[in-house]
Amino acid sequence: MAEENVVRTRNVKKVFIMGNVSLEALKGINLEIKRGEYISIMGPSGSGKSTLFNMIGGLDKPTDGKIYIDEVDVAQLDAYELAWLRCRKIGYIFQSFNLIPVMTALENVTLPMTFAGMSTDDAIDKGVKLLTMVGLGDRVQHKPVELSGGQQQRVAVARALANDPAIVLADEPTGNLDLKTGKEIIDLLRKMNKEKEVTIISATHDLKMLDVSDRVFWIRDGKVERVERRADLDLNIGTVEGE
Amino acid sequence: MAEQKEKIGKQVVLPMSKAVEISVKSIKTRLGRSMITASGIILAIAFLMSIFVSDSINKTLLEKGSLKVRVQLQNVGGEEQARQIWLVVLSLLVCVVGIANAMLMSVTERYKEIGTMKCLGALDRFVIKLFLLESGFMGLFGSIVGALLGGLMMTIVSSINYGLEVFTKFPVLGFLYYFVVAVILGTVLAVIGAIYPAYTAAKMVPADAMRSEI
Repeated sequence: MAEENVVRTRNVKKVFIMGNVSLEALKGINLEIKRGEYISIMGPSGSGKSTLFNMIGGLDKPTDGKIYIDEVDVAQLDAYELAWLRCRKIGYIFQSFNLIPVMTALENVTLPMTFAGMSTDDAIDKGVKLLTMVGLGDRVQHKPVELSGGQQQRVAVARALANDPAIVLADEPTGNLDLKTGKEIIDLLRKMNKEKEVTIISATHDLKMLDVSDRVFWIRDGKVERVERRADLDLNIGTVEGE
Repeated sequence: MAEQKEKIGKQVVLPMSKAVEISVKSIKTRLGRSMITASGIILAIAFLMSIFVSDSINKTLLEKGSLKVRVQLQNVGGEEQARQIWLVVLSLLVCVVGIANAMLMSVTERYKEIGTMKCLGALDRFVIKLFLLESGFMGLFGSIVGALLGGLMMTIVSSINYGLEVFTKFPVLGFLYYFVVAVILGTVLAVIGAIYPAYTAAKMVPADAMRSEI
């Protein structure tokens, strides 16, 4: 079980056609991510990082090659199956939090459970439990505008875990947060990764993130340039003091 | 392949009660904007209802009214009526276009919200359902207010023209009938106006939610 691949890509290529110009964003990506790993994807903008990231999340389909999520070929899925996959297998965390502004923290967390067909009572119980776990047990009825950036991202983490997904995809989760809050979110993600054994894949520029990652994929010019294990990383980022 | 079928399900749901709850919440949160959108419906339906009611009152008075009133009414020509119908149809069309415009703006504004919902597993038809419901509720509310307003205004105007006879011989059944017709028409038009915007919203790709810029 521990060695099972939760994400596997085989020679993934993606070509964007803009007018007469075709742009090869991904030039054959091969990677394997095991269940329970904490992965960071690094790369400069324009490297194809976001394209790869969207494909792993089932948000985009490759031009060529295969992507398997939980050993299921994503390209074979129809719209309903993709929605199902996004609802139950994958949790998303965004740079700008993306909470639904008209809903409370609790409603945001329970929305994916509603989509998954859970009864309202069960969803509320589970939602409160998740929000308590991320440290917002006393703020379940707050609207996003009444929460700080760090708190909003915590709600987003709880929402990503709503249907016990196999993968949590985090796109620059600390990008809009200050250092200390960013560190708290990273610690929270790491804790969830350990406790719930959920695979975490994040696209990031944040060196603090590398520090907790099991492996780091470096993407450049549409290819995996190198893969590093944490033990091999020579990081000296020091500690971050908040106050 | 056989294994795949077991692992991947198809069922993603959005119960009607939940959809209603979300769309009502959406309207309430943006109350100011919703009122402006609804005011288009209120005005158009008020106009429609005023024509209905004045017609209904005139007919009743022609049959049962006093001689003086009947003579007064004979002078109202049929030509006038045709022009009024034309104006009502125009105002309703303007109202539909207004709703479509307001809902399109709302879709643009909520790009991220829609993308996020799709990332959470929402199907295209959930998004369509939410937008149509939202517009439908605004239509329902707007038409009720508009119909009451238009009906009331025209009753007052008629009573000024023809005297208090209007109240004693008020066509209650006719009023109720036209009220229901106006409310249904207003709601249906609001939903029709939202079809294209809702479709645009539903066709959005979920990856857009990932973009950090607007």
